[in-house]
Amino acid sequence: MAMKSGTPMRYRIRNIAGRVGLYFSVIMLVSPAILFFLWTLSLAFKNELDNTAYPPVFIPNPPTLDNFVDVFAKNDFLTYTINSVIVSFSATGLALLLGVPAGYGIAKAKATKAAMLILIARITPGLSYLIPLFLLFQWFGLLGTLTPLVITHLVITVPIVVWVMIGFFEGLPPELEEAALVDGATIWQAFRHVAMPLARPGITVAMILAFIFSWNNFIFGVVLAGRSTRTLPVAVYNVLTFEQISWGPLAAAALVVTAPVLLLTLLMQKEIVAGLTAGGVKGG
Amino acid sequence: MNITSSASTSSGVGNRGPSVTGSGASSPGADRRRNYARRYWIFIAPAALVVLAVILFPWVFTVFMSVHDWKVTGATPFIGLGNYTRMFSDERFLWAVVRTLWFTAASVIAPVVLGVWAAVCFASTFKFRGVLRTLFVLPMMATPVAISLVWTMMFHPQLGVLNYLLSLVGLPPSSWVYASSTVIPTLVLVETWQWTPLVMLIVLGGIASLPSDPYEAAILDGASTWQMFWHITLPLAWPFIVVASVIRMIDALKAFDTIYVITLGGPGTASETLNILLYQTAFAYYELGYGSAMVVIFFVIIMLISLLLLHVRQRQAWQ
Repeated sequence: MAMKSGTPMRYRIRNIAGRVGLYFSVIMLVSPAILFFLWTLSLAFKNELDNTAYPPVFIPNPPTLDNFVDVFAKNDFLTYTINSVIVSFSATGLALLLGVPAGYGIAKAKATKAAMLILIARITPGLSYLIPLFLLFQWFGLLGTLTPLVITHLVITVPIVVWVMIGFFEGLPPELEEAALVDGATIWQAFRHVAMPLARPGITVAMILAFIFSWNNFIFGVVLAGRSTRTLPVAVYNVLTFEQISWGPLAAAALVVTAPVLLLTLLMQKEIVAGLTAGGVKGG
Repeated sequence: MNITSSASTSSGVGNRGPSVTGSGASSPGADRRRNYARRYWIFIAPAALVVLAVILFPWVFTVFMSVHDWKVTGATPFIGLGNYTRMFSDERFLWAVVRTLWFTAASVIAPVVLGVWAAVCFASTFKFRGVLRTLFVLPMMATPVAISLVWTMMFHPQLGVLNYLLSLVGLPPSSWVYASSTVIPTLVLVETWQWTPLVMLIVLGGIASLPSDPYEAAILDGASTWQMFWHITLPLAWPFIVVASVIRMIDALKAFDTIYVITLGGPGTASETLNILLYQTAFAYYELGYGSAMVVIFFVIIMLISLLLLHVRQRQAWQ
């Protein structure tokens, strides 16, 4: 980016061909994503006849909401939505409560080992936590409630929050807190009233990413959720693929599940890009 | 704005945090800070407790279970390394390892090549750059189950849109995920579509932090765009590319959602990777002890490959 600003005019003219190549590359790279989501929209808004037509019909004509009505009428999607909201919000909230101070502590104390542990949590396959936790929840009689889901989602959200926050707190100039400490503030006050307000953008990033990866999570729900405690991704897979195979409602349901995440990405793209660039995080 | 700058000044993934490099460059005032350092444990303690409970406990317990013949019900006799020896004569397991490695290799190479290409593109300024970058990132943010279902519909041999598109350009139809010969490449395609953006973001972060003087000098010397990419961008951004590859590799090794939803390891066991086999063993056949042994081996494989790549990266950094 910086290299472009200082570029002489001569170079730019010489590279008109390069510009064409650039636009061509960008179109080649971005079009699979755009076409995929357009096709999803097309499937979701077409009637069943058009969805199974060959050659395929691309533009829904007339667009119909039947598929969405169908999804909500035939399934208990409202319950699943509420489950997803409860699980993702609780897991994100708890992770912020635990992870923001932890990120601060690790950054300040330069607790390399603690940071390493977080990194290893990022590396471990989500499935490998599930065998012992599954048994544990069974012994405690928690299977079939939302508690196991909230607890296991912490496996995703806590490392994300801690990792993003370590980076943000390390990026803050230490002088301000030191001044507060010299003036007699406790380390808690320095954290609460100096560091935390400054790191608010970081907290936003951590919150969004933790929420998205918790919302998207499938593997924990597929093992731990009961019939009435399914989260949306599990519900879409379990309920729709087996009980009805029509494409329209399936695409509509897929769209309903992923819409909050896509909207969040579009609205908060700057924060999300910053967080992902920095942390390389991903859940599960 | 604030966010972007602070993220890039701490220079990206690899050397973020003291964790990876372990080099605590001591600054003046570090001594005074160290006096406070010990008092910060209280900030870490609550999270550490949770990590111990939901992350460390499962590890210890997994190792414990892996040396027992542990089913969901009934006795759980100690069988020593029985599960491990069984694994190495279990052809289904060994094939799953081979398949996982082949899937992973392809799912690292394709996204990294495309991701570096995309990063170089998005490092330039052009119209609608922000919007296009956001659209480009959507696949990795979208709910994996949702996109997997749509992909499955697209792969349908008769009615799927992909075979129609192939027929438009005069290519024969593919059986995509419905034949054992094409299923892994098809899943790699999905994986590439989904995760190229992450590589792009990490490498883009790296390119953004590069100094501008080598480019200015190269332009004065009349270097072409390709020469600048090959001789400046690629060597300087190399550490970021390696980090992106490591992350990509770890994620590909543990890929689950897309494979589970699209093929469930099928047809037959043609796309049964380690993670899918692990799921089947533990939660379909309820062989928890054997499944735990697989987890241990799986984890060892992941750690070994990660360390190997990070080691390569560190040697690169010294040169």
